[in-house]
Amino acid sequence: MSGHSTYEPKTSFERWLDVRLPILRMAHDTAIDFPTPKNLNYWWTFGGILAVCLVIQIVTGLVLAMHYVANAGLAFNSVEHIMRDVNHGWMIRYIHANGASMFFLAVYVHIARGLYYGSYKAPREILWLLGCVIYLLMMATAFMGYVLPWGQMSYYGAVVITNLFSAFDRLIPGVGTAITTWLWGGFAVDNATLNRFFSLHYLLPFMIAGVVGLHIWALHVPGNNNPTGVDVKSKEDTVPFHPYYTVKDAFAILVFLLLFSWFVFFAPEALGHADNQVPANPLVTPIHIVPEWYFLPFYAILRAVPDKLIGVLLMFSAIAMLFLLPWLDTSKVRSMRYRPMARWFFLIFIAATLGLGWCGGKLPDDVVIAVGQDAVSGEPTGFTVVMLSRVLATYYFAYFLLVLPLLGLFEKTLAVPDTISTPVLPKGGASMPTGATASPEKKG
Amino acid sequence: MAETAHETHGEEPHRRDFIHIAAMATGAVGVAATVWPFIDQMNPSGDTLALASIEQDISKVTPGQQLVVLWRGKPVFVRHRTPAEIAAAVKDDHADMRDPATDASRTKPGKQEWLILIGVCTHLGCVPSFGTGDYGGWFCPCHGSVYDTAGRIRKGPAPKNLELPDYEFTGPTKVKIG
Ligand code: HEM
Ligand code: FES
Repeated sequence: MSGHSTYEPKTSFERWLDVRLPILRMAHDTAIDFPTPKNLNYWWTFGGILAVCLVIQIVTGLVLAMHYVANAGLAFNSVEHIMRDVNHGWMIRYIHANGASMFFLAVYVHIARGLYYGSYKAPREILWLLGCVIYLLMMATAFMGYVLPWGQMSYYGAVVITNLFSAFDRLIPGVGTAITTWLWGGFAVDNATLNRFFSLHYLLPFMIAGVVGLHIWALHVPGNNNPTGVDVKSKEDTVPFHPYYTVKDAFAILVFLLLFSWFVFFAPEALGHADNQVPANPLVTPIHIVPEWYFLPFYAILRAVPDKLIGVLLMFSAIAMLFLLPWLDTSKVRSMRYRPMARWFFLIFIAATLGLGWCGGKLPDDVVIAVGQDAVSGEPTGFTVVMLSRVLATYYFAYFLLVLPLLGLFEKTLAVPDTISTPVLPKGGASMPTGATASPEKKG
Repeated sequence: MAETAHETHGEEPHRRDFIHIAAMATGAVGVAATVWPFIDQMNPSGDTLALASIEQDISKVTPGQQLVVLWRGKPVFVRHRTPAEIAAAVKDDHADMRDPATDASRTKPGKQEWLILIGVCTHLGCVPSFGTGDYGGWFCPCHGSVYDTAGRIRKGPAPKNLELPDYEFTGPTKVKIG
């Protein structure tokens, strides 16, 4: 889209179409001849993987909607009907359910890639923000989808998440309650809630598809970032998208689908919760309610604080950090490959986030490091999950609010190469197999 | 010359400006009036609002037992308290609490043994279970809020005591909730 188009209509039909709706030109310029940095590694294949995930969710979801009944009295049984009676229903449902997990797995890798290689920095801020919007929409979609089978986890997931808004009663009395009543369409999560969640769960993926369109548009203006973080300087630095990255992406997609299939066919319930096999019961909450794994870090942050309003606000700010990131990181160097300090802080950040996820799955008072024993019950006492969550959550926020703003001012970065090609073009190139990375046909 | 004339002209309120503002204001009111029904449709419908009250026979609930009834989609705990539970609650009347309340203010006069509460944790809405918390009352499994035998919040993230529904005794063993 930026720069000139290299599309040349070949047949008379293509020429006829090209002056009426240049759709083939657009396809050619975005997916075939798009000049792409020649050094993209496998972390860059997750964009394509995400696109596949979205298509899989939409296709399987459409099929499920043909058999599902969005009614509090019938929903649970209609899902059982899909699992037992509908032809191949079990497989399609398992693909959809595990597909959501795979989608989040991929988006987390994709986001981490952006964090490490500084893909959020100028001129890709809008691209990054659109990605964050996609992520928010994904969370909303997955949350509402999980409510649809109307099991115990579905029900109490809906109860807890919608009740987050009741925290605003502390700011303006009554407002929080008004919001929850409005969200529920009643005085509790009930049939009205289920129906609207189904309607929205159907709608949002198509909105995601729309934002993905904008995301890719915004990608194609500055073009891809790359592992060096250095801008493309000349044609030497790029290869055409097809066949180089179509093939690389396709390979990565196949490997990813292997993992996906392993879950679907060998461990379809591994990421689910047994309690969701029990129909929703508004009178009894299961002993241990936890959200899906991909929400656990945020859940841990929510529970880390004893105050309801502050807990809720912190949880929302944890996500808001991503939106602010382009303006928080002050370093001029994009890729952390050349930021020796930032690299360590980044690794600790990933570890802290995984640690928060672990905490989110435990009970708040579980003991992580036993120090003593309770005199009465004999239970171990010591450093608990809540305390660990506090430490990790503090690091999570410090990474965005202290480390990245300050580090950019003080850090001594390594020498950044002039061009993408500099680090790989042979100076003492004897040890490098010829043409492994650089494009041999262009060498003089 | 013509330019200056034009400028002064532009600064004064103009008939056309008035028409613009009036048209925009009317348009804004129209948009708001159109959007509102689409927002308000999500609020509780007439039949949901109509489910106002239920009558419950509580003669079979012996001391130490608790009945859970569904009212407006929410559980209501009807707890027949033992003297020990009442004593424990009264003893703590002036303890340091997040949402201070005396035990007497949580029951109807002369009916101290009946504690009737909305069984919804004031943190994020889970249903607390009786008998597992530190204060002899309820414990919420979701994020560990602990309520005492008067349903007052004592520990954990919940900000408020368990709510009391509107209810009245319509007979010695009959209660109308709502
Ligand atoms: C449904 C979800 C998403 C889809 C389908 C998607 C798709 C893509 C695709 C196809 C690319 C092309 C480059 C590549 O292969 O990496 C890309 C790039 C990018 N995405 Fe996403 N994306 C999604 C979500 C996100 C999210 C949640 C974020 C960040 C919060 C994000 C941030 C970025 C950035 C910064 C780039 C440019 C990276 C670069 O070239 O270095 N994306 N995305
Ligand atoms: S909902 Fe009861 S403690 Fe959170």
